[in-house]
Order: sequence, then C-alpha cells, then structure tokens
Amino acid sequence: MNRFLLPLGIFVVVVGFLAVGLTLNPRELPSPLVGKPAPDFSLPQLHDQGKVISSNELKGKVWLLNFWASWCDGCKVEHPVLVHLAQSGEVPIYGMDYKDQRNEALTWLREWGNPYQVVAVDESGRVGINYGVYGVPETYVMDKAGVIRYKQIGPLRDDILQGKILPLVRELQNQ
Amino acid sequence: MRWLLVIILLIPSLAAAEEARPLADNPQVEARLKTLAVELRCLVCQNQTLADSNAPLAEDLRREVREMITKGMSDREIIDFLVQRYGDFVLYRPPWKATTTLLWLGPFLLLIAGATALVLALRRRQKKLVDVTLSEAEHNRVAQLLSEGANRP
Amino acid sequence: MIPEIGHFALILALCVAVVQGSLPIYGAAVGSSTLMSVAKPAARGQFLLVLLAFCCLGYAFAAKDFSVLYVAATSNSQLPLHYRIAAIWGAHEGSLLLWVFILSIWMVAVSFFSTHLPEAMRARILGVMGLVSVGFLLFMLTVSNPFERLIPAAFDGRDLNPLLQDPGMVIHPPMLYMGYVGFSVAFSFAIAALLGGTLDAAWARWSRPWTTVAWCFLTVGVAMGSGWAYYELGWGGWWFWDPVENASFMPWLAGTALIHSLAVTDKRGGFKAWSVLLAILAFSLSLLGTFLVRSGVLTSVHAFATDPKRGLFILVFLAVVIGGSLVLYAWRAPRVGLGGGFSIISREGMLLANNVLLVAALGSVLLGTLYPLFLDALDLGKISVGPPYFDTVFVPLMTPAIFLMGIGPLAQWKKTSLPELATRLRWAFAVSIVTALALPFTLGHWTPLVSLGLLLAIWIVTTAAVDLRERLAHADGSSLLGRLAAMPRSYWGMVLAHCGVALFIVGVTMVKGFEVEQDLRMNVGQTATIGGYTFQFDGTQQYKGPNYIAARGTFRVSQDGRDVTVMYPEKRRYTVQNQTMTEAAISPGFARDLYVSLGEPLDDGAWSVRLYHKPFVDWIWGGCLIMALGGILAVSDRRYRLAWRHKEADVPAATQMARQTVS
Repeated sequence: MNRFLLPLGIFVVVVGFLAVGLTLNPRELPSPLVGKPAPDFSLPQLHDQGKVISSNELKGKVWLLNFWASWCDGCKVEHPVLVHLAQSGEVPIYGMDYKDQRNEALTWLREWGNPYQVVAVDESGRVGINYGVYGVPETYVMDKAGVIRYKQIGPLRDDILQGKILPLVRELQNQ
Repeated sequence: MRWLLVIILLIPSLAAAEEARPLADNPQVEARLKTLAVELRCLVCQNQTLADSNAPLAEDLRREVREMITKGMSDREIIDFLVQRYGDFVLYRPPWKATTTLLWLGPFLLLIAGATALVLALRRRQKKLVDVTLSEAEHNRVAQLLSEGANRP
Repeated sequence: MIPEIGHFALILALCVAVVQGSLPIYGAAVGSSTLMSVAKPAARGQFLLVLLAFCCLGYAFAAKDFSVLYVAATSNSQLPLHYRIAAIWGAHEGSLLLWVFILSIWMVAVSFFSTHLPEAMRARILGVMGLVSVGFLLFMLTVSNPFERLIPAAFDGRDLNPLLQDPGMVIHPPMLYMGYVGFSVAFSFAIAALLGGTLDAAWARWSRPWTTVAWCFLTVGVAMGSGWAYYELGWGGWWFWDPVENASFMPWLAGTALIHSLAVTDKRGGFKAWSVLLAILAFSLSLLGTFLVRSGVLTSVHAFATDPKRGLFILVFLAVVIGGSLVLYAWRAPRVGLGGGFSIISREGMLLANNVLLVAALGSVLLGTLYPLFLDALDLGKISVGPPYFDTVFVPLMTPAIFLMGIGPLAQWKKTSLPELATRLRWAFAVSIVTALALPFTLGHWTPLVSLGLLLAIWIVTTAAVDLRERLAHADGSSLLGRLAAMPRSYWGMVLAHCGVALFIVGVTMVKGFEVEQDLRMNVGQTATIGGYTFQFDGTQQYKGPNYIAARGTFRVSQDGRDVTVMYPEKRRYTVQNQTMTEAAISPGFARDLYVSLGEPLDDGAWSVRLYHKPFVDWIWGGCLIMALGGILAVSDRRYRLAWRHKEADVPAATQMARQTVS
C-alpha cells in the first residue's frame, strides 16, 4: 500500500461521515425508555383536582400519553392533529399538563379544544423527568401491558401519525 | 502570627456588617451537586453543563439530584438514574462500552502508531541515505536562492 | 444603491478570482511569463474589489439600511455604531465576507513580499489562493449573499445577539480569521511546490515566516475567544471543549506542529513530505472548522444559525479542495528527495517526536469532536463527549511533549548523546522536581495534578535558563549585554514562546487547583470573604443603556481592612430580543482575578451572587500573548528581514497596517 494515500483515505471516510451527518438532527434524542415499562404516576386531574389519575388504571388498553403545556408553542402546532385523532376515536389520548398554571391550561383547552380523555397535572415536572422528557410536546405510545413502544419528540405531524403511530397502535391493539 | 493579624484586622469589618449566608441550605450537598453537574449535560441547551445552565429543565434536574444526594444515594446511583431516563447523551464523560472503545483508546493508539511510524521512517531514512553530497547540493541551492532574493536591487 | 455596488463588486471579484486561479497556474505549467504575470495585478484587483464590497456592507450598517436583509437581521437602530460595524461579521453571511476579505489581504501581502521567489512559484501560489477565493465567493453569491434586499424594508432591525455585543466581538473574529485564513498561504506554498515539483528546502524557508505569522494571529485569536467566554458567558470558565472551540484549536495544533517540522525541513532538508502534509492539514482543519460552525452537524454554544444547504456547499467545497490536495500529495510526494541524515536522538529527532505528540493530540481532539457524529451516523446511539474526556486524554499526551520541549533546544542537530544531555540538565531537573513538590504545600494544599503542572512549567523555564547560560558561555563578545544581543532573534523568539507555554501552564494549574467559588444569598450591607478578600454588597440600581435596561450591583472589596476596589456586576435585559445577559464584574490582577456575577433577585433587594477568587487566571491569556510575541520576534529575525527589506518602501497602507499588527 502506498503510505502517501493514507491521508486521502482517512479524509474520504471523514467526509462520508460528515455527509451522513448533514442528514441527521443532533438535537433529537432517542429515548432509552422505549421497550421498557412506562414509569408509574398517580397525579391529580386538571379538570377535577379532587380526583387522581394513575397509570395503573390504564393497563389493558393501548393509549397515547401527550406531554403539553399552555406556554409551549410546539403544542399549538400539533394540537389540530391531536383533536382530529381524538375525533376519529381510534386510540385514547391522555394529556400530561407539564409545569403549567392550572387556569391557563384550562383556558387553553377551552380555546383550542380538548382531545384528551383525562389530563393529569405534573406541576413539578417530576413525572416528566421520569419519562425522560426534555422538551414539550412529546408523545408516547403505550401497549396493553403498559410498555412504552414509541416516543415522538416535538410536534406530532399528520405524516408521522399516519405513517408510524397509527399502524403501530393498530398492531398493538390486535395483540 | 499571620493568622492572628488577619483575624484582628477582620474584626472591625465583622462588627460592621453581617456575613452573607450560602445560597444553598446545605453547602456539602451543593458541593457534591456541583462536582456531579459539571460532568452532566443540559439536555435542552446547545452545549452546556447542568451546572452552568439556567434552563428550567436543568433547574429541575439539579433539584432532583440534590434530593437524591440528601437521600444518601451514591454518585453511581444518581448517574444511573439519569442515564435510565435520558441515555448516555446526558454524560459528558462517555461510559466505557463496545461503541466507545475506539474513542477512549484512540488517542493512545494514535500515539503508538505515530511513534512507531517515526522510528521506522528514521531507520529507513538512515539506510537509504547513501551520501550527504546530495543534500549539500540542495543546501547550496537554498543559499543561492536566498541570496538572490536578498541582493536583488 | 450602495448594497448593489457591493454585490456587483463581489461578482467582479469572482471573475477576477477565476482568472487568478487559472491563467497563472496554466502559465507556470507551459512557461508563459505573460500569463504568469497576471497573478499579481489580479490579486491586488481582487483585494480592492472585496474591500469595496466590505465597505459597502459597512456603510449599510452605519447608515442603518434595514432594506438589506442581513443588516435588518443582525443590527438595530439603537445598537451603538461600533457594534453595528462589528455586526458585519455578526452572523453567517457577513463573517464569510470577512473571511474572503482577509484572504484577499493575505493575497496582497504575498504579492508584495514574494518578489524574491521564482516567478513560476509566485504565480502558482497566487493561483491556488485565487482558487480558494473562487470557492468562497461562489458560496457567498449563491447561498449566502450578505447584500440580499428585504422588500419591503424592515421598520427596525432584529438586533445583534446580545452575547456578541461586546468589545471582544470587535477584535476576536478578525484575529481568528487572520489565523485561519493565514494558513492558506502555507497551504498554497505547499500546493504550488507540489504542482511545480520544486519541493526543496528553500520551500520550507519561504513558508516559515508566513506560517509563523498566521500562527501568531491564531494564537491571539483563540486566546481572545477564550478570554471573551470567560467574562461574557458569566460561568467563570475559560475553555469548554465545545466543538467550535475545538474547531479553532485543531488548526492551532496543526500549525504548531508545522512550525516545528518546517524547522527540521529548513535545517536538514528532511521530512519534506511530512511538512507539506501538515501545511495541507492546517488549512484543511480551518476549512473543517468553517464547516462545523455553519452546517449544524454538531451542537455548540457558538454555532451560527444553520442551514443544510450551506452545509452541503461547504462540504462539497471541502471535498474538492482538500481531496484535490491530498490526491496531488499522494501523486507527487513519493518523488520528494530525502534530505540530510540525522540520528533518532538529535534535535531533529526530538522536533519530530514533538510532532508525533502534537498530531496525536490533534487526532484526539478531532476524534472526540466527531465521535458523537460517527456513532449517530452508524445508528449506534447518541453520546456526548465533553471536558472530562478531553481533560483525561490531553494531559498524558501533552506531558511528554512539554518534557521534550525542555530538552529539544539543548540537543545538538544531527546527533546528540543522551547521557551528556542528562548531565547538562540534571540541575534543571532537580530544581524543577523539588520546587514542584514543595510549592503546593506553601500554597495551601497538595494534589498530584498541581505538582505535575508546576513541574512542567518550571522545567520549561529552568531548561531554557541552562540553555541560555551555555550559549552565553560559548558566544563571542566581551560584555554580557553584547553577547545577549548577539543571539539571533529567532532564538529569543523560541525562548519567549516556550516561556509563554510555561506561563500558560502555571495559569491553568493554579486556577484548577486553587480556585475558590461561593454561591451566596446577599442582602444589602452583607459581606462575604473569599480568598482573603471581603466583598460588601451595597445593593443594586436600575439604569438604562442604549439598547438594554440593567440592574447594576455595587460590591466594595477590601483586603485586611483596606479598600481594594469597587466592582459593578450587571444583569442586563436587551429589549429587542428580550434576552437577559449576565455581565460579570472582574477585577484582574497579576496573581488573582476577583469575579462577581449576579444571579437572580431574591426578596427585599437581596440577590443570589456568585463570587470567585481565581489565582493566576490571567496568566493563561498572558502566556498565549507571550507565545505570539515569541512568534513575531522569530519572524523579525535577520534572515527574513534581508529578503523583505528592499520592498518595504512601496507597500500600500492596507498591508502596512496588516504588518504593523504583526510586528
């Protein structure tokens, strides 16, 4: 081998990686929790503070958990998609109001519509930490056994919903 | 002696003003938090440690770590807690794994490869160098070229 | 109208660059001196055109022309003039224009200071620089035009990022770019030599001063960036091993290695292929840095707003320029002669060993910076590589390099004897060990790293002293002063630069080992004592700056009952972008910095406050400045001046200026 070709070889490899790197998003973080049982929570409900919603009640069905907040811009972007999904009735959506003011959250839902079966209140953000949330909105797909099967970081788009989430939900529902 | 002097000199200022309290309730916990937090990454920031960031999530995580320290958890347990939730991305010191072996060994492999290459290259050179007359000629050429530059009007 | 003139000037500059990048190189190949003679006027013409474009953009900023998209995006009517001018390089498009402008300054400098070179060599050098310029001008004109209009014009601009509204912004980027782009000269020399097949020892001697000057700028540029981060980010850190910082550090390491390998090539005619490779590497890493900062492939605190389209353009450009040079290298380098002989244990051998260490260090930084990207691209998970990694691998690599730095200058060229070296250095070694072990105890507490750091620093200084004493003993001349003055400036330059490294190490060691930090809750009138200094908080006052409102705290600092200074840290809110900035107050000193930064307001006028006592922190930057001074001293050596002097008289003002900042 010609040792003078070595620098060129290394360079070609580096450029190849940089080219692949251009297509990646360094800020998107895959969750290590996918495939693991969803962390338990037991939290007050937004619409009825006296009542508690706990993750154990949701076992036995496939459901979505959507972390949102009234202060979050991305949530407004994805909201129509969620409302539409809720209307179709394909899968129940549970909301997690993340680090929010109760009044503002209620106003927000009145204004933009409420796609959620129940909204839990995570005032301290502690449940968010258990779920590895690092920016709202984030959406989780849970199977019947309460295992996280998919995590969507950032606003839910219609193409992701139709292409990934709904096929997965149907598959899980048939299990 | 010097200590005494310092203390004596400090007395008036102590009398005049009250000493400020540490921000943290428990400075020991805070010190441990700090040593942990400088090696942890703030997840929402561009590229900042948990210690440096003012992002709300960073504040929450610091609070969480602080509580874990107070509960008496070890550094290992605290780091595991975070890695379980956020993955290895949260660690600024990548853990030793199959995928990071090259990262950790790379610098030393480079050094060994470089040193070997240098010794081999010098040996080979020594063998190849038949005579130094060739380089003498070259040196004369350098001298000539440089003096040309210097003497040109 | 003015922005259109600037835009047009850039288009013309591109045309000139195309001519400059083609005709002279072709002319050199066919031996046509008419075609080769195009190079000089083309380089100067291109400089004038880019200067015109630069002035047009500057005018648009000064005149607050918010019908120019770039001006509207990076400035505001309330932004003070000097920051509006600095905003020229405040974001992607304008900083590219600065890049090209500085490239054209270097081209003009080459056109004036290369009269002693053979015509073909000069034509090729300017031709290669012209080609580099073509790439950047094309980049600007296609996907990053700073003169793009905004119609209808904005009523007011979106303002410069508050982080950048700092005196550091006015000088740091130009300095850094002078360094980055300066390596294009050494690169062009190398490519020209490969093209012409004239890769001899003369090439090394011609390249040396250019490389050293660029290296000096880069040293100052990187140091200023670090100093800026230290006082502006408000966290008290001075180096974060951030990808963008690494992007500036890698060319520096390559340049440092290049300076040392050029010394071997110049002296012994050996390792020419290696020096050429380093010259290509140094500039390639500058280009890689440009790519990393602007493409968004890595997350960084300092990155520009990113755009994959731009990333793709630079990547293709990178592939063409670097790939092309490496192909040329693989083709031509095997035919390069060997040069004179020397033993492994010799000054040459040590310089090259030092090269191996520097390049291994450089490889580690590159590996650590790109590793997360590698894993992500292979879908093997996301990781972060941060300061703990770099600190861990860097110290063991640099320790032997510093050790060699002490021995190298005392070793003889060609062949040296190790036992003899050991005898000459035994006192230096003993003094270093004893001082390094004992000193930390007198300073308070002993840690192995503090001792190691001090050992390395003292080692550099004591070996330099031994070397100087021996040289003085052998020098001609009666008086000590006469003998000192008889030493060549390049020698003094080396000693100075090495001592700069020693100062730098002292700064790093002392700060890491003895820094004290306190997070406090301070009520008005309360005091805190740190490092022997007592800080009394006298409360905060509101005041209004040109484009921000601020809370300004007053801290009276006293030591042993005597007033030392009053410090005014600020918490500013910039109104346009509604961004809060922490302006730390720093009281610098020879042996310590005091650093106060305001956290958040608490109840009753109390604030959370962070106080630091940072011993010897300014030695970090002082050391860098002295390294750069050493470089300048070396460049001013007699043998380089001889070649330049006769041309000094008719140098135009702009290059005079560029040189004055050097010397």
